[in-house]
Amino acid sequence: MATQVIDTTTTVVRRKTFSETYIGEWITTTDHKKLGIMYLVTGFFFFLVGGMEALLIRTQLAFPDGKVLTPQEYDSIFTMHGTTMIFLFVIPVLVGFGNYIVPLMIGARDMAFPRLNAFGYWGLLFGGLFLQASFAVGSAPDGGWFMYAPLSEAACGVHAVSCTPGMNADFWILGVLMLGISSIAGSVNFVVTILKLRAPGMSINRMPIFAWMTLVTSFLLLFALPSLTTASVLLLLDRHLGTHFYQYASGGDPLLWQHLFWSFGHPEVYILILPAFGIISEVLPVFSRKPLFGYTFVAWSGVAIGFLSFTVWAHHMFAVGLPPLAQAFFATSTTLIAIPTAVKIFNWLGTVYGGKLKFDVPMLFALGFVAMFLIGGLNGVALAIVPVDYQLTDTYFVVAHIHYVLFGGSAFAIFAGVFYWFPKMTGKMLNATLGKIQFWLFLIGVNLTFFPMHLLGLFGMPRRQWTYAGNLGWNDLNLMASIGALIIGIGVMVFLYNFFTSLKSGQPAGSDPWDAFTLEWDTTSPPKKYNFLTIPVVRSRRPFFDKKYPEIADWKSKEAMH
Amino acid sequence: MRKPVFRKPRRWLLAVTTSVLAAIFLSACGGQGNILDTYGPIAGQERTLFYIILAIATVVFVGVEGALVYSIIRFRERPGMPNPRQIHGNLTIEMIWTAVPAIILFITLGFTIQTLFAVDAAPASGSMVTVEAVGHQWWWEFYYPEYKITTADSLYIPVNTNIKVELYSNNVIHSFWVPQLTGKTDVIPGHNNVKYFSANQTGTYIGECAEYCGTEHANMKFNVVVVQPDQFNTWVTTQQQAAVTPAKGSLAAQGEQIFANGVCSGCHGIVGVNIQPGAAGSPYGYYDPSVYCNDPNTLDTTKCKIGPNLTHFGSRSLIAGGVLTNNAADCQPETETFQQLLRTCNLAKWLNDPQGIKPGNDMVINQLTPDQIKALVAYLESLK
Repeated sequence: MATQVIDTTTTVVRRKTFSETYIGEWITTTDHKKLGIMYLVTGFFFFLVGGMEALLIRTQLAFPDGKVLTPQEYDSIFTMHGTTMIFLFVIPVLVGFGNYIVPLMIGARDMAFPRLNAFGYWGLLFGGLFLQASFAVGSAPDGGWFMYAPLSEAACGVHAVSCTPGMNADFWILGVLMLGISSIAGSVNFVVTILKLRAPGMSINRMPIFAWMTLVTSFLLLFALPSLTTASVLLLLDRHLGTHFYQYASGGDPLLWQHLFWSFGHPEVYILILPAFGIISEVLPVFSRKPLFGYTFVAWSGVAIGFLSFTVWAHHMFAVGLPPLAQAFFATSTTLIAIPTAVKIFNWLGTVYGGKLKFDVPMLFALGFVAMFLIGGLNGVALAIVPVDYQLTDTYFVVAHIHYVLFGGSAFAIFAGVFYWFPKMTGKMLNATLGKIQFWLFLIGVNLTFFPMHLLGLFGMPRRQWTYAGNLGWNDLNLMASIGALIIGIGVMVFLYNFFTSLKSGQPAGSDPWDAFTLEWDTTSPPKKYNFLTIPVVRSRRPFFDKKYPEIADWKSKEAMH
Repeated sequence: MRKPVFRKPRRWLLAVTTSVLAAIFLSACGGQGNILDTYGPIAGQERTLFYIILAIATVVFVGVEGALVYSIIRFRERPGMPNPRQIHGNLTIEMIWTAVPAIILFITLGFTIQTLFAVDAAPASGSMVTVEAVGHQWWWEFYYPEYKITTADSLYIPVNTNIKVELYSNNVIHSFWVPQLTGKTDVIPGHNNVKYFSANQTGTYIGECAEYCGTEHANMKFNVVVVQPDQFNTWVTTQQQAAVTPAKGSLAAQGEQIFANGVCSGCHGIVGVNIQPGAAGSPYGYYDPSVYCNDPNTLDTTKCKIGPNLTHFGSRSLIAGGVLTNNAADCQPETETFQQLLRTCNLAKWLNDPQGIKPGNDMVINQLTPDQIKALVAYLESLK
């Protein structure tokens, strides 16, 4: 590779500066597409880390009285599995898609604040590495991904038995703080980009749903993260400066942590799923050859979910002994939030119904998402029934619920997005046969792993147990779950193989391999640095469809604009 | 057109049948922790509500997944298929499918709130026994304020009697759960939650800690032993006695000496050995943990020991938070060799290697000798 370049303004030959070398270009870039890819790759790296942790958990629990891990190791592994998958896989990957796709979708040349964008990425990378580095020094966080105080305090209890004296919880607190800063930077950027940089004619009600959901998610992060930041800083003060925010014996209250954490934590749940809804709302129409059914309902149900998500936090705390009237309030708000979620599922069905369905890999994952997310929604409703929740909370039923939502939901949507947008990002197609094999391994694996967990919950198995006795009727179901996890693991291997071989020698994609509807396909694959030669003018919700099919363009149809 | 032989199967009928079959399957399988195989009114109400939501969810599941599978088959791309009509939405349909789930959800909400107030309410009538359940890392202690007695790992209660459980922790958060009798209530330092339940059949039920509370969260179980009221009264009277003094010169007597003079008595109490009954507030030698173990600044470790009280250890069915069962019948230290004892007797296994059996627990002691273990087993199992 040449180490010298010709300066275009002076025509003098000079050495390449650092930012012009291959590595330097990635390290110093402020281009939203490069940063988007960096977010995605980083997120997938942590997906592999979190996946290995999951396999360790399932190995330990495959048989009763497992001896693969010590209890201390198990506690660290399940804590880091949750923390990694939520903060370092799902969020970064969804932000990565947003970074790459949203500016293209709305016809912008970059994000509003490119350098802030780069700052957000580096904050994520170093925050993530900092968290994982805790393994290297032998004190990985071990308090669960929601770090309940006072277990996460340095000292607790009147006998002065120490709770979490080492650096374990400190790693978690500081790591999560860093990731929070990164997320705030990213969210501000998305809000401004989406509100200010849309192409001419792209009014807010013509934006692709993925841009809508990214906007809502960014507002959620902006308003939810302060709560987590506050909670963690108070815990840090308790641990190191002798304050007593969560210490009951000195007048503090352990429940303060739970209220603060979940008033971040529940919006967080929707932060993990709303962009996934966005991806599904892009993929289903393209492969059904129809517009999204009920655009307005889908967009506004997302906004409704956003608002309602701030009113439901205490449904994670039904067993803490709140007064029945408060329980009734949170049961009601939780019931309310189920309505817009149901609306979305029906609208996706309406999109597919009457279409011409092409079963390319993105479509398979999107349909799989609808099928799996429905299960996650239904078992979620069971958990909202307070007296049922008294029985099911903190059991494997909850583990089944979060994984149907986060794996069957978010992760399926992420893989739909990967197969859908990989051609745009690289100019090459991922191998469809391998993709289908991966899809079926995932679908079988997810159900084999997580469906038995419903029954484990009903049969009384609490979550977060490093071992269990063999006489409690849990053995077969646990073994099934472990086999399922292995199948998912094989699916991930297939994906990795597919990824690297396709990157090297995949079929060329062209600029529009799926005959898609939105603006990101109306440019080269991968797009040039400036995205569009001329900024497109938008007249409907499917600008690229209009351009390709002018005779049946959406803006000519009255119905499309309602 | 020919009439079909059978009427079109109704989808909801299929769903209801499925959920009834599922219900039978669910309540038949599973072991002692099965929340659908209940023996008390609170768990019973929670189970009924679960079946209602299961039936509704099954109907929705079959309907929606059915529509999805139907669309996948019916509308798959076939050669020569024309492009579909570009339908953007339909306001009426969308209003309907917003309203229908809303109605269903609000009906279930009605059941929820009704049952919620019912299971949380204090019982209006009937006799009541109060128990203070104390969550430790990682075992349960039970103090009966009316009878001024303490036990651990086994909660004795009379059948068909309201039980008021006062939940107390002075360390981290735990959660009190007896799947077949009642759902969970968290045990939160400084909050002293109260839970009411009762059992309508005698027997032994498993209790578990359901909130992650540290390293040995998995081994924080207890037994709920439901007995007839007269048996309960007998049990109370027995528990109020000080520990039996073993016959002079017996193996158990050596055990008592080892207990009293060795490391054991620092963390454990035995009434009549290292605790004397009759002090103020403690006629039988037991102290209310929520009073005597609440303030780290005035903690009196003679009244608030860190380990379980062992005065009637021999009458309990579990060891150390249920990590082992107390199989007293298999412990014959007088006749067995140490190796035989170690194979059969769980208490001997525990005393020989507490950190191997329950890694991370607070019983960190020097290795006991075989003779010490034999003597301690003889003594502790004699404490009925």
